Formats: sequence, C-alpha cells, structure tokens
Amino acid sequence: MLESFFRILALTRKELLAILKDPRSRFSLFIPPILQCLIYGYVATYDLTDVPYAVLDQDRSAASVELLAELDGSGIFRRVANLTRASDIKSTINERRALLVIQIDQDFERRLVSGMQANVQVIADGRNSNTAATAMGYVNSIVETFNTGWRARHGQARVPVRLTTRAWYNPNLETRWHMIPALIGTLTLLQTLLITALSVAREREQGTFDQLLVTPFRPAEIMAGKALPSMFVGIVQATLVLLVAQLWFRIPFAGSFFTLYAGLTVFLLAAVGIGLLLSSVAATMQQAMLFSFMLIMPFALLSGLTTPISSMPEVLQYLTLINPLRYAIDMAHRVYLEGVGLRLLFPELWPLAIMAAVTLSGASWMFRHRLA
Amino acid sequence: MEQYLEQNALSAKMRRVNSLVRKETRQIIRDPSSIALGIVLPVLLILLFGYGLSLDVMNVPLAVVVEDPSPAATELAASFQLSPYFDVRLMTSMPQAQQLMLTREVDGVVRIRPDFGRQLGIGDAEVQLLVHGVDANHARIIQTYAQGALGQWAAKRTVPGDGFLAGPVTVQNRLWFNEANDSRYFLVPGLIVLIMTLIGAFLTSLVVAREWERGTMEALFVTPVRSDEILLGKTLPYFVLGMIGLTLCLLAAKFLFQVPFRGSVAVLAGASMLYLLVALAIGLWISSAVKSQFVASQIALLVTFLPAVMLSGFLFDLHSMPAMVRLVTYALPARYYVALLQTIFLAGDVWAVILPNVGVLAAMAVVLLFLTRRAIQKKLA
Repeated sequence: MLESFFRILALTRKELLAILKDPRSRFSLFIPPILQCLIYGYVATYDLTDVPYAVLDQDRSAASVELLAELDGSGIFRRVANLTRASDIKSTINERRALLVIQIDQDFERRLVSGMQANVQVIADGRNSNTAATAMGYVNSIVETFNTGWRARHGQARVPVRLTTRAWYNPNLETRWHMIPALIGTLTLLQTLLITALSVAREREQGTFDQLLVTPFRPAEIMAGKALPSMFVGIVQATLVLLVAQLWFRIPFAGSFFTLYAGLTVFLLAAVGIGLLLSSVAATMQQAMLFSFMLIMPFALLSGLTTPISSMPEVLQYLTLINPLRYAIDMAHRVYLEGVGLRLLFPELWPLAIMAAVTLSGASWMFRHRLA
Repeated sequence: MEQYLEQNALSAKMRRVNSLVRKETRQIIRDPSSIALGIVLPVLLILLFGYGLSLDVMNVPLAVVVEDPSPAATELAASFQLSPYFDVRLMTSMPQAQQLMLTREVDGVVRIRPDFGRQLGIGDAEVQLLVHGVDANHARIIQTYAQGALGQWAAKRTVPGDGFLAGPVTVQNRLWFNEANDSRYFLVPGLIVLIMTLIGAFLTSLVVAREWERGTMEALFVTPVRSDEILLGKTLPYFVLGMIGLTLCLLAAKFLFQVPFRGSVAVLAGASMLYLLVALAIGLWISSAVKSQFVASQIALLVTFLPAVMLSGFLFDLHSMPAMVRLVTYALPARYYVALLQTIFLAGDVWAVILPNVGVLAAMAVVLLFLTRRAIQKKLA
C-alpha cells in the first residue's frame, strides 16, 4: 500500500515536471486564465454604455430639446449626427454611423401641450438585434422619466401603479457577477481536460507509454499519476480566477472556501475522468487536442453561461443534464453569490460524483484492456 | 531555349506543390480528428446555434403571490398568466414563494400586497418584484417583461380618452433588418466567423509544428521544395476545407433557419476567402514560429478563437467596451469579418461598409502571408 503510494508520488512528480519545466507551457497554463478573466470581466456584458445615435428633430421646440437632453445626459447615448432630412435616416443606419435614429415629428410640442398623445419614433439597426433591443429599452425608460417629469410639471395625475424591483444575490444586476464565478468552472475544465488527454497522448506519440507499461506500475497507479497533476493544475487555476474575482473585480464572496474547494474537487475528478477516457481513444497529440476541443465547445454552449438554459428547446435542456460544466457553473454561483453550504449543494454534487465514477472506471477499464 | 527552361521550371514547381497538397489532403482525410473539426464540429455548431441557443427569453418560471382578494389584484395576476413570457405559479403565501426562489424553481416572485386594492384607489399602489439576480441579463429581461405585463393590465383599465395611464409621449420602435427580433438572425452569420476561424487558424496552427515535432520538417529541407511551395501546399487543402464549412453554413442559414440573405453571394464569397486567407496565415505563422503543437494551439485559441467570440461584435457591442479593449479590437481580423457578414446577410451590399472592411482584411492578408513566408524560410536556411 505504502509502496503504491510512493510509486504514484514519483509519477506525479515526473508529470508535474513535464508540464511545468517548459517556460512556454508554464506561461500558457497560468497567464491565459488571468487574461481571459480580465477580458471576460470587462467585455462580456450585454449592458450598453456608449450608444451612437442620430436625431431627426423636425419640431425643434423646447419640449423636443428637453427630451433629447434627457437622452444626452443619460450617459448611455452619444449623439453623432443631427439629421435634417428623413431620407438621411436610411444611409445613417445602413452605413452603421449610428445604432439608433430618433425621429421627432413637427407637431410634437403642439400635441403635448394640447394634451394629445405625441409620438417619438425610434429606428434601430437590427443587425445585432439583441444590442438594438437593449438600446430601445433604454430609450423607453428615458422617455418614461420624461413623461413623469412632464406630468408633474403640468399638473396631470401620477401613474397610480409602480413596480419596485429587488434582486437577490446581485443587487445591482451586474453581468460581471454572473460571468466571473462561472469562469472558475469553465477555464479549469478547458485546461484540465486538455492536460490530461495530452499527457497520455504525448507518451504514446513518443513511445514512452510502452516503457511505462513494463515498469512495476499497476494501471490504476498510472492513472492516478496522470490524474493528480492535472487536478493540481486545475485547483491552481481556479484559485487564480478566484483571486482576480475578489482582488481585482471585488465581487463579494458569500460562501465558504471549504465548500467551494470540496465541490471543485468532485468536479475536477469528473473532468479528469473525461480527459483520461478521451486519451484512450486519441492516438496522437493532435487528436487529443482536437477531440477535447470538440467536447468543450458543446459543454460551454450548453452550460447556460452565454444563453439561459430555460430558453433552450426541451431536448437540449435534457442534454444539459449530462454536462459537467452546467453543474460546475451552478455550483460556483451558488457558493460564491448565494453562499449555500454543502447540504444545499447536494443537487449539483451528486451528478458530478456519478460522472466522475463512470468516467474514471471507464477509463481504468480502457487502460487495462485497450492499452495494456 | 530560355523560354523552354522557364516553362520547365514552372511545371516542376507545379508538380512539387501538387504533391505537397496531395500529401496534406491525405493527412486530413485519414485523421479522424481533422475531419471532426472541419466538418462534424461545424454541423454540430450550426444545429446547436440554429435550434438551441437563443437569447430570447420565454416561459420564465414566476411565482405570483396574491395577498389581496380584490378584483383588481386578481385581474393583475391574470395579466401575468396571460403573458407568453411567463410560466406563472399562483400562490397566496410569501414564504412559500421565497422557498421556491431558494431552490431556484422560479426565477422571480411578484407580490401583490394585501392593501393593493385600497392603495390603487388613492392612486399610489405598489407591486413588488423579486428577481433571482445571479444571471443579471436574464433578471433584467424579466423586469422588462413584468413592466410590460403591468402595462397591459393598466391599459385595459384605462377609460379611453382619460389618459389614465398611457404617458403623454409614446415611443414607436422599429427594428430594421430584423423585424421579428429573432436572435438567430445574428447568431447564424456570427457562427460562420467562428467556424472559419477554427478551420483557418486553430487547425493549421498544428500542421507546421507537427512536422517540426516529428522531425519531418528536416526531411523536407533536403528535397528541392522551396519555402513558398511549402506555404502553398499547407494553405490550399485547408482553404478548401474552410470553403466547405462556409458552404455548409450558408445552406443551413438559408434552408434550415430561413435567415434572410439580402446581399450578393459573390461579395460574401470574396470577403470570406479573404478572411480565410488571413486566418490561415495567422495559424501557419504561429505554427512555424512556435514549433510545438501544444503551445501553438494554445496561442491560436487565445489570439484567434476567443477574440472572435468575445471581441468581434458578434455577441457583445463594440461601442460599450472600455476604450483600451476597443483599441485592441481594431487589430483583430474577426471584427471586420463580423461587420461584413452582418451587413451582407441582413442589410445588403452597402458599399460604404463593405469597402473599408474588405480593404483592411486585404492589407492584413498581404502582411501576414509575407510574415509567414519569412518564418518558414528562415527555418529552412
């Protein structure tokens, strides 16, 4: 038993040396996660902050100027052009000079003063319809503010019902709070899977795997020796992401580190299991790399990271149930933002544990039967 | 005589390139992983994006807690039930609804307080919305929809001409190029960028490095093959693979998903070839400069694929990025290709958009191919 432990330790040490001694591979293990974390943190948001828009104000009245001032002062919209003819709208949108054109008709103020409904037309570039719809939503709420002010000043009745919103776990509804904790799972899955699959494939390509098989190592020991270093790298990467989240972006951590790392360990076991299973199928490094990439793409897309799972068709929603990343992201969110303990984390943990058990035993079977 | 020699040299060159292309093509066809990445992954992505992934939120599970038995409150609850965006569970106790939130069985709770009917009479009623804020974007959409359901209810109660609720200024929204606000319209063209980047840069980042790792590059040294011929031999097969991927995407976009195509195919094909050339050059350049498959593929992912997803304007709006990041995007070929695709697909052949973007891509292609050729040449000498 003790001998076996020392053998695994020796193999782990050798494996870690193989990964970490090359400065370029060291670099590519630890710098990209930090870089990606920063980029995703700043870029991955559907919130808009600087929307170029153009105005066709045919009224040029005090009221229309006031409404446009609300837009300019919102900090979200930036006026890039004042159009004079309706025919300019088409080229402005087509040539992407502005995302929105706001058109105010001639009788805008007259209708407002006489108590009639006044219209504002918003024409948006729908080439990215998500961005356009968000921007139109902002215009709507700015006009709503204008309306409230107008009513108050002109003695009209207040809106009798209002909606007050309170958001749990993320009071200011910042996309970043959603994105960065999710990266703890996403980035570590990517690298752990790849390192595990590559380490076996490299030995095969260079012929050293056969040498390993004639040593006194048992297949299970070889497997453990391949699994532990990858898990170690995974834990270090997760810690890096966690540090960026807390020290750079200052996202408050609601849960306990013990729970998070316990959950991560189960998740990494599943990730390593998939990597080992993959490596028994791949004959070369190129195959190992491309196959793991082919797995990661659907994992990432079906994890709920970029598009909500509840918006997917039902068939795909079932498919997400066998996606380890889905559980890892849920787990990271629940521990990081909601602060749940191990007991409440059970719904995320047991599928991961089953995946780890299935893939690891599958991989060990493959090691004994396909490779030995 | 001189002319004869020249012709002979040219045909020898053609023969050398031809055999290199043949070798590379066989390598692609015989390796299941290249075919998987070149053909299977594009098909998988097309199906996933086309059928599965959508930013349009529907059927949000929502608890509506009605604590007020008044008819106004019941009507309001019904308005939430009628909304196509919500999947409503009516209940009467707030703790029960909060429990559902904790276990994430609902994404939001609407609370109509016991004094709602009375407060409405005074003209100061409040409806509370609790949202699960972890997915901030989702939460904000729910908020908008809830506002909409409330507005619907209010509009129905309004006596015409009274101006009870409708504001003095109303906004008429018109979404050009995508009237139905279908996120597929921009996700599917964006997908073409991802697939071309994967085939162009990720796959080719491995090919020269592989030859170095296996020592076959040195074997190529002693043959009469020249560096520009190696470059051509490595480029052509992957170029064809990329065009196959493009064709698959176009067919799927048109026939499976009915994404409108308002530009001309010739312009699209030209722009795509240019982008593919840029991507290939980046992949080969990395590969011949780094000489290690693992490191080359990591760099290729980091400088081509991830930016194509995150920084190209495919998903996230370029204007809203911090100024530093926005400057970086100007160096990314994917940015120009996304602008081209979105315009050609949805707006048509708008030359004011097409010409500058094509110009930048062409300049990038020339510079990168030159750099790649030098990288291969230097190693040969």
